[in-house]
Amino acid sequence: MRNRDIVMLLGFGLAITVAPVFAHHGNSNFDTDKKLVLKASVTEWVWANPHCWLKFDATDEKGNVTHWIAETSNPADMTNLGWSRQVFKPGDHVIVTLQPVKNGAPIGRVMQVVLANGQTLSTRIAGVFGPEVDAPKTPDASK
Amino acid sequence: MLTRLLMSLVPAAALLCFYLAVSPATQAQQSAPAQNAPPPALWNTPSIAPKQPQSPSGPAPRRDISGIWDAFAAGIQPTGVKSHAPFTEWGEKMANTYKPGDGPRKVALGLINDPLDGCDPAGFPRDLFFELRPFRIAQTPDQILILYEYQKVWRAIWTDGRELPEDPEPRWYGYSVGRWQDDYSFVVDTVGLDERTWLDNAGDPHSEEMRVEETYHRVNQDTLELTVKVDDPKAYKEPWLGLNKFTLRRQPASFDIREMICSPTEAEEYKKTVAEPATR
Repeated sequence: MRNRDIVMLLGFGLAITVAPVFAHHGNSNFDTDKKLVLKASVTEWVWANPHCWLKFDATDEKGNVTHWIAETSNPADMTNLGWSRQVFKPGDHVIVTLQPVKNGAPIGRVMQVVLANGQTLSTRIAGVFGPEVDAPKTPDASK
Repeated sequence: MLTRLLMSLVPAAALLCFYLAVSPATQAQQSAPAQNAPPPALWNTPSIAPKQPQSPSGPAPRRDISGIWDAFAAGIQPTGVKSHAPFTEWGEKMANTYKPGDGPRKVALGLINDPLDGCDPAGFPRDLFFELRPFRIAQTPDQILILYEYQKVWRAIWTDGRELPEDPEPRWYGYSVGRWQDDYSFVVDTVGLDERTWLDNAGDPHSEEMRVEETYHRVNQDTLELTVKVDDPKAYKEPWLGLNKFTLRRQPASFDIREMICSPTEAEEYKKTVAEPATR
């Protein structure tokens, strides 16, 4: 984990009881023990199969800017979770929580995004997926 | 490429129009009292999950499995089938050449050789064992058609009494014939399956000799159970069940089936932008 990339690290204590939805590939690239919380300025939101991805700039306390790319699941899953193609536009200021990849590149997978209006968008199986889903017990349960 | 893509969509659109025009089941379903309430939204409505609380369902209609069905998150199966029979020597050899992105043998993003990554067809029965998203079953006098959200493909299951081909040329989705085992169970046999497809997202293989038997059992008005038997003596030591009484929940007739189409352009961009840099 490169400290300069971390603008705000709000702690690892938040209980993540269910895993993000990532259908096509597993989590072998991702450091599932890490969670970064980044203050972000959106540069692009790509609504595509098999994964959507969010591009954004994160600036640390020293003013260093890192360009991040963080994937989500596909449009069908994201729509079920309340996301849409129009949910981000370039220049939006959001807070992105993600799991980074293990090789140190500024790439990750989104766990949640807090929009400027305070709305939280999650990538987790919750809400619309309903309590009937066999919720994985740990963030690694997609293995 | 765009022209080819558009051309490939024409038969699907024609098929759908034909179905909508001829299907008495659709008309009956849409005019049923329970379907009269206006839908809350006409586009992109989320599915009703199989176990979501519901009012008691009516009895299963006779010889009718038509409708829109979904297993919701349970249909995705990212880590492959729950279990399978032991591989034969050939099956083991094939499995070792398949590098899946998930399941027990998963590899890093940039090392995956899953045919789906280049947008090759998922094929059958991978379309049942992975990403089984909402699908529509339509009944015509000669065929049962299954129209899938995932990859926006359809299968035609002949019900006109014909036999399976003896030496079929392999197809991504095979050749299927179906019959009513009883008034509430429809059984489909499929052969002629292209060996290039994987069985599931964990990179389990199959051979061209594979024969697949699906049983659709209509439990009641709103519930369908799907059992899928894989019989492939070249790859597996014995027949096994890929799905066993897997529950599907009927969706409202107003349900808007979305599209999940693998676009080679998007897949290539994902590979260059995310997968490869994440693996270097």
